[in-house]
Order: sequence, then C-alpha cells, then structure tokens
Amino acid sequence: MSPDRIVLRFTAAVSDKPIIYHLVKNYDLVVNILKAHINPHKEGMMVMELQGEPEQYAKGLEYMRSLGITIQPLSQQVQHNEALCTHCGACTNLCPAGALYMERPAMTVNFDDEKCVVCLMCVKACPYKAMEVHF
Amino acid sequence: MAVEKSIDEINAKIKSGKVVVMTAEEVIPLVKEKGVRRAAAEVDVVTTGTFGIMCSSGAYFNFGHTKPRMRMHKVWLNDVAAYAGIAAVDAFIGAAEVPDNDPLNSVHPGEFRYGGGHVIHDLVARKPVRLRATSYGTDCYPRREINTTITIDDLNQAVLFNPRNAYQNYNVAVNLSDKTIYTYLGVLKPHLANANYSTAGQLSPLLKDPYFRTIGIGTKIFLGGGIGYVAWQGTQHCPSMTTLPDGGKLPEGGTLAVIGDLKQMRPEWLIGASLLGYGASLTVGLGVPIPVLNEEVMYWASLSDEELYAPVIDYGIAYPAGNPEPLGYVSYAQLKSGSITIEGKEIPTAPVASYSRAQQIARILKRWIQQEGFLLSKPVELLPSIGEAPALKTLQEK
Repeated sequence: MSPDRIVLRFTAAVSDKPIIYHLVKNYDLVVNILKAHINPHKEGMMVMELQGEPEQYAKGLEYMRSLGITIQPLSQQVQHNEALCTHCGACTNLCPAGALYMERPAMTVNFDDEKCVVCLMCVKACPYKAMEVHF
Repeated sequence: MAVEKSIDEINAKIKSGKVVVMTAEEVIPLVKEKGVRRAAAEVDVVTTGTFGIMCSSGAYFNFGHTKPRMRMHKVWLNDVAAYAGIAAVDAFIGAAEVPDNDPLNSVHPGEFRYGGGHVIHDLVARKPVRLRATSYGTDCYPRREINTTITIDDLNQAVLFNPRNAYQNYNVAVNLSDKTIYTYLGVLKPHLANANYSTAGQLSPLLKDPYFRTIGIGTKIFLGGGIGYVAWQGTQHCPSMTTLPDGGKLPEGGTLAVIGDLKQMRPEWLIGASLLGYGASLTVGLGVPIPVLNEEVMYWASLSDEELYAPVIDYGIAYPAGNPEPLGYVSYAQLKSGSITIEGKEIPTAPVASYSRAQQIARILKRWIQQEGFLLSKPVELLPSIGEAPALKTLQEK
C-alpha cells in the first residue's frame, strides 16, 4: 500500500519517548518524518509518511493512540484561501514540496495539497495571510 | 507621414465612441506585425497596470470636530499611530507604521501582522476602525482624550496620498550570504538559492513611458480601484536608461507620487501586506493610460518582456552595506519563465508582485476608457525626464 501522510500530536509526557523506534521495531512500519517540532511547553507535532502491512499498520496506530497521541490525516491541513490570495507568487519559491507553484503563462498561484508537507513556510511568508492552517 | 495626435483629439474619439484602446500586452504583437508607425496610427491609448507592495503609501483624514473641541496631538487608528502634527483633527497614516506594542523583530523574523496598510484596507472595506486620540488641551481646544469608532463614511475627507509608487523597475533580489534573509522582496535563501522580483515588466506603467513624454502632474490614473491622479514626481525620482550589450533596455529610477479620494477606492485593490521579518506595507493597484501621441510613444509602450531588463542584486551582503553592484541583468521574459542563470548557477525565480492582477488593471482601465467615458487628462507639467532630475544623494553624516 502507498504511504499515508499523517499528523501526530503528543503531550509533554510522551514527547521524549522513542516512539518511532517502536513503530519500526515492533510493527515493521516504514517511517518518513517530514516535519517534527517540539514547542517550549514540550508538546510535540510530527508530520510523517507511514507505510506497512495493514494489520501491523493498524496496531502501530493503536500503539500511538494508547500513549495519548492524536493522529489526523495530513490532507486539508493547509488551505489556500482564494479570496485572500493576490497570486503574487511570493510563496512559490519557498515551498519545499512544490505544492505551491506558478501556473504559466497565466502567472497565477496553484496549490496541490497532495504534495504539501505542512512545513508552514507559506503560512508565515504570505503577505496576505492567504495560506491557512486548519487543525 | 509621421503620426501626431493630441490628447484633445483622443478625448474627442473617446466621447464619440471611436477610440481604440489596447493594453500594453496587446500592442506588443500588433507593433511586431504592423510596425510602430501603423500601430501608432491605429491605437489611441495604451493601458498599463501594476499590483505590488508599495511602501511610501499612506492616507490622510479629517475626522471632524468633537464637542467640546480637541486639538488631536497623538492619534491611533486600530492602535497604529497616525501623524497628527498637521492640524486639529487631521492625521496622516503611513502604510509601514506598526502598532506601538508590536514585537517587531524581537523574535526574528517578526510577523508584522497588522500595520498602517491594513488600517487603510479596513477603512476602504468599510470596516469600523477604532480612533483614539490624546491632547494637552488648549483654551480653544480643551478636550484631552477621545476613544471612539469610525468608518470611512464618517470622515469629512479620506485621501490616499502615496509619495512614492509605481517604481519604474526593481531589483531582482538574491542572497549570496550564508543565512536565510527576510527582505522587502520576500524571503531569500542562502547561496543564490532563489531570486525574487517585483515589477509587472511589459505591463508596468513607467517601463512603458520611460522618457515621461506623456505622464505628468495631473495625469488621471487607476488608483486602488478608483480614480486617482499623478500629484508630483515620486520621492527618489531619477529616471535613467541603459542599453545593455545585447540590446536589452534597462529603464530605471522613475517614480510617481499619486493621490486620490480613498472613499471611492476598492478593498481588492488596496490590501495590507505583512512582510516577514521586514514590516507592514500596502499593496496598491495602479494603472496609467498612455496616450499614443506619436510613434516614439508607441515604440516605448510596445517594448516586451524580452526587451526589458532588470538588475540582479545581492541582498545578503552588498545591498545592506550600501554597495549594490549588479551581479548581472536579466530580462522579464527570463524572470517569468521561472528560472535565471546567475554566476553560472540556475536559480528559480518568483514574483512578489501579481502579474495577473496587473493584467486585470490594464483591462479595467481599457474598459473605463472605451465604455465608461474615462477621459485622459492633459498634464499640467510633465515630470523630469531622463537627465533632467538631479542625481540621488546619500545621507552624509556630520
């Protein structure tokens, strides 16, 4: 099966646990971490691609949920607000995943949310706050 | 026979419905096909447009007198300071002003989520805005404080007045340093990883009349979705023209000061901008109609993205130090293609001004002239042309 892109959120109590190790070792899952962040309160957020045998995959998710980690699919986490976008293009060079790009020759900004890795660079850099995070 | 037309003749054609108007994009293939002379004979007006972040924008207001009267000494609109040292109830708010308690760049890069440009947008969008003012009290103006809410319709006058807009040509910004930098031309990654530019190229007003043969004081323009006027040469106005070894044209340095009634402008053409790590500003929609008075005007108005060039400047080290020697020159066609080659390295480009919105402005202005009786104004005086403006000085510390 193709990898799922998911967002994990965990509390300070589990942010120092070797969770990824257990996902690989105990459930034989393929993990590709796209983004990880621990805030000053030691709460964590991680965006990853996860892949494995369906049964093991389900067990892996169950293991994480048992630790109090919330799991959400990645799609739609970042949205392109067309009403606010001026199609300037300032975001397009900053998107590491190529999810935001200029449509040429129309010179309009397109967003392919399938490619988005939720780095949130566009959210910070858009002068018009047209890139929005929805958790 | 050489083509010669006057603005009066063009206006007579507008009134009779016989005027021929084309956008600055549309005249390019026409001139290539028919030549400058025939195109100049056929087309009466070329419309231009630009939509980008333009610092040196602002607006002034008359709030109306309070009872009892007040000589407003300090004024804030949505906590953004406006300059009140003009008169009792007049104030000017600058697009780049930020709230007194803004964290600025204390946590770098600062977000600058709200500023003077956003206040101007909120007013134009007819949102209520908080007005706070303090005073020291005088015999004729005793009141010392006011806290109230206003909308643009409550004001006696609301006037957009931008001392420097429509910069003729702008640097292409790159970063030769070792760290990511946050500039007024956007975020630039280290080691020449990206290039940002901010001009509409072949649609940009002052690239299409580089000798200022038609644009002058009183020229009626599209400004912020309404009608505005060229008020004066913009600050730092010092136009020049360089022909590059490959024949490319590099007109640069011209600017406009523009003015217009804010009350008839539109929120989609005046938008508050937040530049990460740099500050707040205002994105302005501006379009200038160029009357095709003769072949020379048509020649310049028809230059294309392939013929118009911009300098590439390092914003990592050279520009902040004040030594911006160009690393090279690139055409707007190259910039718009998505990548340029600098110092042997191919780097991706991104615009920070909206070309699609610039196209819309040129089309709206065309429609106004063709269908809505927008007449061209005869400039009271033309702006200083190439070689006529004094060279720019840098500030000498004494």
